[in-house]
Amino acid sequence: MERDDLIVNDSYAMAAHHSEEAGAAIRKKIWFVTALLTLITAVEVGMGVIFKRSETFTWTAIKWTFIVMTLVKAGYIVLVFMHLGDERSNLKRAIIAPYVLFICYLLFIAITEGFGHLNSFNTLH
Amino acid sequence: MAGNTETIPTEVLWGGGQSPFSVTYGKMMMWFFLVSDALTFGGLLTAYGFARATSEDAWPIGEQVFRALPGLEGQYPLIYVALMTFILIVSSVTMVLAVEAGHRNDKAGVLKWLGATIVGGFFFLGSQAWEWSHFIHGAGGGFQLAKEVTVTADNGETFTLAQNEMVFMDHHFGHLAEPWSEGDANTVLTDEGGHITLTQYGKHEHSAQLHGLTLNKYVENEQHVSGAEATKLWNARSDVFAFGANLEDSEYALQQTYANFFFFITGFHGFHVFSGVVINIIIFLMALNGVFERRGHYEMVEKTGLYWHFVDLVWVFVFTFFYLI
Repeated sequence: MERDDLIVNDSYAMAAHHSEEAGAAIRKKIWFVTALLTLITAVEVGMGVIFKRSETFTWTAIKWTFIVMTLVKAGYIVLVFMHLGDERSNLKRAIIAPYVLFICYLLFIAITEGFGHLNSFNTLH
Repeated sequence: MAGNTETIPTEVLWGGGQSPFSVTYGKMMMWFFLVSDALTFGGLLTAYGFARATSEDAWPIGEQVFRALPGLEGQYPLIYVALMTFILIVSSVTMVLAVEAGHRNDKAGVLKWLGATIVGGFFFLGSQAWEWSHFIHGAGGGFQLAKEVTVTADNGETFTLAQNEMVFMDHHFGHLAEPWSEGDANTVLTDEGGHITLTQYGKHEHSAQLHGLTLNKYVENEQHVSGAEATKLWNARSDVFAFGANLEDSEYALQQTYANFFFFITGFHGFHVFSGVVINIIIFLMALNGVFERRGHYEMVEKTGLYWHFVDLVWVFVFTFFYLI
């Protein structure tokens, strides 16, 4: 059986070509993102070393700073390195929408359910 | 459908030879795979979050567990993990440069950058092997107290330690305490006026003195205890020792879940890196043989690139949730 999907789809792969000049611009962006990701990681490590865990407001703020920095890094990796930013908006949404939902769930676990679980754990033990 | 046999022209229908997402079948399937794979990692991190919430302050602090560098004495909190992160970010960059070269049909460029990505992948795997080895062997190990003890730490503060609390040895002493606690006949303990010494006889005779012990090594308020106070703690030991970690015991936390999550999350990620390197090597060889040149495009590089970036993406989350927070 002839695989028509490959023949038809080849045109999309062919259309993804770009010129030397466009390539230079893309490379410039890649190096910028590299520098940014490295900088964020360095700041994260620095903060991890300097600030100690405790039940104060500062630690909560630091924790959220870590989460925000992580999401910024993840955003750059997905949108630039994985080129999702250059894809059609319907593909972008099909991939990102489940994650927005899932991240909401994770936060719910972390903020509400984690402590509920902790309370029942303390009651049982 | 009764009576309605109208034929719709194919160009109006979906299925008229166009992808609604304007991407190839292979690339879309790679994205769908990554979405489901990310949910697996998400599940692991959620379980980790639950486990962590139940142990509160007893959960080890990342910068106190991961602070060793290969071949160096002293403490370098998170530096090694940061180095691993940096290696992975750089290999992600070389991968995206390979994809970019592919879009220009630049075979030499693809080979150069893909080759660099493979080297980066091996560097990461090697680093992880060392980290696992260090985690498994531990940094001196510790023992549990058989009874409640009150000691004065080097900073003058007094601590009352509960029964079963862990006290940690330095790695010279712990290295000999391990065979000694396991009943090795060649390792002998001597106590001369409070100076505790362990000596291992055999081909390479060596000994280590108990100079000091550490309290709260992996949690908040780490303290060092030395001299007579350390001897007091040593004499109050139970026969429960823990050295490093395996699937049953761990010196890092009384709750075994910490070591288990470390092994499972970083192991699952490491397996992804390993399979990514294998896939990259296959694609490298295909590019070398001119398969993509004949095909007219280098989309396979882009698809494997998606997988490779995903591995980096997961590490960004593991780094934050396992090591930093």
